[in-house]
Amino acid sequence: MKVTFWGTRGSLASPSPETVRYGGNTSCISVEGGDGSVIVLDAGTGIRNLGQSLPPDIKRVNILLTHLHMDHIQGLPFFLPLRRRGVEIHIWGPASTTLTLNSRLQKYLSPPLFPVSVRELSADLHFHELPGHVIEIGDFSIQAQLIIHPNPTIGYRIQCAHASLTYLPDHEPALSGWTFPHDKEWISGYALAEGSDMLIHDTQYTEAEYQTRVGFGHSSIRHAFQFAKLTDVKQFIPFHHDPTHSDDDLDRMFKDMIEEAAPLYEVTPSREGLVLEVGC
Amino acid sequence: MAQQEIEVILSRHLAEYLAMPIFIVNPDGDLIFYNEPAEAILGTRYSETGSMPASEWATKFQPTDHEGKPLPPEDLPLVIAITQRQPAHKIFWIRGLDDALREIEITALPLIGQADRFLGGIAIFWERSQK
Repeated sequence: MKVTFWGTRGSLASPSPETVRYGGNTSCISVEGGDGSVIVLDAGTGIRNLGQSLPPDIKRVNILLTHLHMDHIQGLPFFLPLRRRGVEIHIWGPASTTLTLNSRLQKYLSPPLFPVSVRELSADLHFHELPGHVIEIGDFSIQAQLIIHPNPTIGYRIQCAHASLTYLPDHEPALSGWTFPHDKEWISGYALAEGSDMLIHDTQYTEAEYQTRVGFGHSSIRHAFQFAKLTDVKQFIPFHHDPTHSDDDLDRMFKDMIEEAAPLYEVTPSREGLVLEVGC
Repeated sequence: MAQQEIEVILSRHLAEYLAMPIFIVNPDGDLIFYNEPAEAILGTRYSETGSMPASEWATKFQPTDHEGKPLPPEDLPLVIAITQRQPAHKIFWIRGLDDALREIEITALPLIGQADRFLGGIAIFWERSQK
């Protein structure tokens, strides 16, 4: 599968001369299968560029939302295929106990927050609520499970014949308590990530920052490396960079942690424009 | 390896921080966690017993009514919570593994997660007296 990173920033889009290398757009990744299936992971501001790169005659796009925090949905109305008649857009996301996924998204996609409402979009829209079942899209089989992050948040494991990718962009497994990082049965996200060829995981904070943000739903870089080791992944992709971290800050964080952890798995920090092949 | 559901992990996390004795069972009724205050009442430690099948924990602590008659498992609040999926409350006696006889009061609730997933049950209990 071909994995392209369109937005790697967390919390808030952060374009500036200090963030050009890792990028300023928020969470969005495309995953393309050998059969032409396209899966979009989250709809942060990075999805605008993805929309412009897709062929105009594309018939179907599948958007998997981890949760509905603004940095994961803000780009949605700027996704070009949504404005094209005849394109089938399937949107998966976490269920709420009181509102449908469509109704929850309409809170943002309606005045006064946004001038265009969901019903005014030209594409043929389908909403699906998770978790509950395995999703089959083309060659892909996708598992969805709740993970630790404020408000219901879903992690995804995408599997094809020869590769697996786990996507946990906003995740605080250390909040599992003293069981982290030892007792696998009691650690959020473990079952999804176990043995993945590629793990894309939250590394938002330095250790010092994490101490004052416990419970915010994000990981320190050390916790993320520990999670990657525990789950025995082959390649680890640090993701969801804090908006206050410059390119130089991120370079330093990753260099220091790789020296400290001496990981046996490959580490490839995510940056906007990065394209990777998984498996096959 | 099987991983507990996220709501169960968070319930355990909460239980570890609370000073009230708490039991957590899975949908089959197996005891999958009890916290430190519960250890004091049960007279044993979670780290020693680990999880216990329903058939074991429901009789291990010899629950009895006020006349000393054994309580069948189906009358225990936690068993009611998971079999009938409704809250249950009861006062009865148990004998801890430290051999102390304690009168306890239990409130049990079914755990129902997002998308109406049945995840088991949780019980909070108080010690009323000890012999």
